[in-house]
Amino acid sequence: MRTVLYLVQKEFLQIFRNKTMLPLMLVMPIFQMLLLSFAANYEVKDLKMRIIDLDLSGASRALCSKFSASPNFKILASGFSAAEGMESIARDEIDILLQIPPHFERDLLREGHAGVALTLNAINATKAGLANGYAGGILRDFNAQYVSENPVLTATPPNGLIEVTYSNWYNPRLDYKTFMVPGILGEIVSLIICFLTALNIVREREMGTIEQLNVTPIRKWQFILGKFIPFWIISLFIMTLGLTIGKLVFDIPLLGSLWLVFGFTAAFMPCVLGLGFLISNFAETQQQAMFTAWFFILIFILMCGLFTPIESMPEWAQKADVLNPIAYFVQFMRMVLLKGANFQDVKGIFYPVLVYGIGVNALAIWTYRKQVA
Amino acid sequence: MEEPVIFTENLTKTFGRFTAVNKISFSVYPGEIFGFLGANGAGKTTALRMLSGLLKPSSGIAQVAGVDVMRQPEQVKRRIGYMSQKFSLYEDLTIRENIRFYGGVYGLKRAVVKQKTSELIDKLELGAHVDQLVRSLPLGWRQKLALSVAMLHEPRIVFLDEPTSGVDPLTRRQFWDLIYEAAHQGVTLMVTTHYMEEAEYCKRISMMVDGKIEALDTPGQLKKQFNAESMDEVFRKLARG
Repeated sequence: MRTVLYLVQKEFLQIFRNKTMLPLMLVMPIFQMLLLSFAANYEVKDLKMRIIDLDLSGASRALCSKFSASPNFKILASGFSAAEGMESIARDEIDILLQIPPHFERDLLREGHAGVALTLNAINATKAGLANGYAGGILRDFNAQYVSENPVLTATPPNGLIEVTYSNWYNPRLDYKTFMVPGILGEIVSLIICFLTALNIVREREMGTIEQLNVTPIRKWQFILGKFIPFWIISLFIMTLGLTIGKLVFDIPLLGSLWLVFGFTAAFMPCVLGLGFLISNFAETQQQAMFTAWFFILIFILMCGLFTPIESMPEWAQKADVLNPIAYFVQFMRMVLLKGANFQDVKGIFYPVLVYGIGVNALAIWTYRKQVA
Repeated sequence: MEEPVIFTENLTKTFGRFTAVNKISFSVYPGEIFGFLGANGAGKTTALRMLSGLLKPSSGIAQVAGVDVMRQPEQVKRRIGYMSQKFSLYEDLTIRENIRFYGGVYGLKRAVVKQKTSELIDKLELGAHVDQLVRSLPLGWRQKLALSVAMLHEPRIVFLDEPTSGVDPLTRRQFWDLIYEAAHQGVTLMVTTHYMEEAEYCKRISMMVDGKIEALDTPGQLKKQFNAESMDEVFRKLARG
């Protein structure tokens, strides 16, 4: 154990002496967290819209003003040429085109129904889907209001009597930052820690100092533990800093126990640390280590459920996510921070992560070679 | 006859189809300075790395301090010191921190490390630089320091892999003084080098060509055997075949 202490002491001396790495380790995650949390957003605002109103009646104007009042739509131009409207979609200038035919109001009042044409620019399918949803909502709203304002129409109610309203649990204000910040924090810290550990050991290999260590009686587990402890402490520190900033800047809710959050973080970090060690065992140069670490981290990030729901992945991908530590992290943070889950609720995530961390580090110790073949 | 501290028989290392070390056999006795000479790529470093437990031998027998290198490489490591051509101290630590670290790793007591540090600093006349980063020291100083650090735990056998590579002649001379001093205290040293004049400093020399030991004797005997004026000439005659 004394040997491990000497290794830890040496590692901390080197880390604190490196005047470029230390600030990077702290500034990078904070910067990324601020930037990504503001930028990564599911909500679509300011959909560019063009309206062609050929009716110019009270009803058509009421419909237009409903669209312009919505924060989701931004009316760019209006005109009377359908061809022009279609062309601006083709040129990708607008996302949605609404055409109100002549006699819109007359048809509504006389026939009890009228048609409008919505044309969506589906170059970005997600955006088009959202635009369709928002527009549908506005049209339904218009219908209900128009019927109630024109008693002539009440005889033939156009819609059912049951109105569906929505309320969002756990994120009542639909603030996506609340949703994203804990996950982004987990990703960033994983990325940094995995890279730091992998590169640190490979750097010793490149410098030649690892050979000097390999010729001493240091045991394999002592060597790994001597690297593990410093980076584990650093990861917990960065995590604390990140959560504090998340609370101060984004006001992320902390419904669950803070102890649980830290307990889990402490169990989670060994997963990425161990992965870094494992990579370093097989990489000869920092370049190789970097590519390999990047390969895994990229897959982990894209499949962790932060950007696309895990449930919508094909079944084999969902099964493969058992090996994705960041997926556990994202799931855990959402449950504890946003829903206030307790230990009983998250046991199913906590234990696998603990086993994962121990397993991957054991594998790293096992594959570390003091004597090469 | 004394018991050899290093003993090999048909020690071989192959990398795929390439045979780096080809059935070498020799014995080294306590207090000897045993030189491994040869061109780059002759297999000197490979042989040394096998003996120090860093590289697994492909076949043959190798014993260091009575321990079988094949079976118990970790036991060998407790008994030896090792310094390689690659720089082996931490450049971003000070002299004092390097000594403390390696002393600690070898399990020396804190008080012993302290005492060793001051002894070493006096011997190498590094007093004014003890809290300087190793990075800022000239190469020759670093190599002398590295040798002293490799012997902190007082091993009976020390392996030196091209320790004076790239060092100026004067410092090289001082370095050899350190080696002599250790040998005088009964330490067995095994040195690889490609500086032929350094060969004269060794008690016995093995000349390696293409993985094989082509000649093994004292410098004087080798010169007589090859009818040569200097070790350089011996080597050239050998290499020409």
